[in-house]
Amino acid sequence: MSHPIIEFRQVEYQISTISPQPILSGVSLGIHRGETIALLGRSGSGKTTLLKLINGLRRVSSGAVLVEERDIRDWDIIRLRRGIGYVIQETGLFPHLTVRENVCLIPELEKWPAERISSRYAHVLQSVGLSPALYSERFPRELSGGQRQRVGVARALAADPEILLMDEPFGALDPVTRAELQREFLTLRQNLAKTVVFVTHDVREALLLGTRIILLDSGRIIAEGTAQEFVKLDHPVAHEFLAAAELATGALP
Amino acid sequence: MNSLEFIVSHSSEVLAATREHLILVLISMAIASVLGVPLGLAIVGHPRSRAVALAVASVLQTIPSLALFGFLIPLPLIGGIGTHTAIVALVLYALLPILRNTYVGLTSVDPAILEAAEGMGMTEGQILFRVRLPLASSFIMAGIRTAAVITIGVATIAAAIGAGGLGTFIFRGVAMVSDAVILAGAIPAAILALLADFLLGRLERRLRVS
Repeated sequence: MSHPIIEFRQVEYQISTISPQPILSGVSLGIHRGETIALLGRSGSGKTTLLKLINGLRRVSSGAVLVEERDIRDWDIIRLRRGIGYVIQETGLFPHLTVRENVCLIPELEKWPAERISSRYAHVLQSVGLSPALYSERFPRELSGGQRQRVGVARALAADPEILLMDEPFGALDPVTRAELQREFLTLRQNLAKTVVFVTHDVREALLLGTRIILLDSGRIIAEGTAQEFVKLDHPVAHEFLAAAELATGALP
Repeated sequence: MNSLEFIVSHSSEVLAATREHLILVLISMAIASVLGVPLGLAIVGHPRSRAVALAVASVLQTIPSLALFGFLIPLPLIGGIGTHTAIVALVLYALLPILRNTYVGLTSVDPAILEAAEGMGMTEGQILFRVRLPLASSFIMAGIRTAAVITIGVATIAAAIGAGGLGTFIFRGVAMVSDAVILAGAIPAAILALLADFLLGRLERRLRVS
């Protein structure tokens, strides 16, 4: 098998040496090109921290994180981050910039020629289901939650990164919009062939979108597997998640 | 003679004093802005220099304005009698609101937005100039607006050290015990202050990002 594109080696992360409970401990994980990894866990399980270790927004206390076989401490951090798309919940768009300015920011900082930026802008906006012309001059405050999230994904894709990190990308949306975006994301993923790592606390989202699900609890990876494997897992925390999801479905009339 | 009659009969004198006053304020505000905004940018990342800069600016503002003009007169280069001394004093007064608002504006940007910018691969300088500064611009303009209103008021005292302006009428009126003459200086100064407040307030709202 080829080398993983992202690799965690015995990663520990803690905020200070005084606090007894590390945020992450003993995390080892290899993520391969083209996978869509769902980091599933409750609030405080360390899943967002794990994601932020990949683009260097957090630094390991011990162990190592490798991207494309290179320790991220050896990467030029700006270069590393520009090769990784980053989508966060709602607030990530720059409120003073238009949709076009938001999406084209990194290509512009990378000094792409204007024509290439224009065609890339049109391409990524279409791929998230928005009309490039209709939205280019709008500001984030003039968009719905779902539209903002689409623009967030378009912005992350703009510089055509190999890796896409998504921190609860559909978390702040109403259930209908959320389901719509999830379906579109599935199609998008098949067309793009990127490596995607996303954080969620919704087991159904993890099962639907992830090619592999990593279950975190109290800073440790406690189980992993494909959706088929995950539903058969014999682990109390996995059961809890599945039970909670079924309860929600069972509550329907 | 009431004040309106006085202003009408001395209209060219009042106009000239208003022009003098306005020039004094504009020059002082330009210098204070050119100093205050970059100083605010510079202290954002440095807690110690921030404490010093804000403390010095605060202390300067607590000095009674007439006393500050007085203190400056004997100083070499920046002191003496006349317009340039008045400008130095006005700049010192205008500095605090501009500096403080620049600093507050830059530090009140949503941390989630800053982290998004960092995660996207923007450098510190790019984050400062392309994200923080534009998002802080309405705060900065609010500081400039406050400073402008203060400066227009304080500039009336500049007449005491021979810098001219609308204060000339006020001091003359006090000496003559004539309300009409005092008001010939005070009314145009009040109108200038209201006008500055209104115009800069509009600019501030236009810069605001919701």
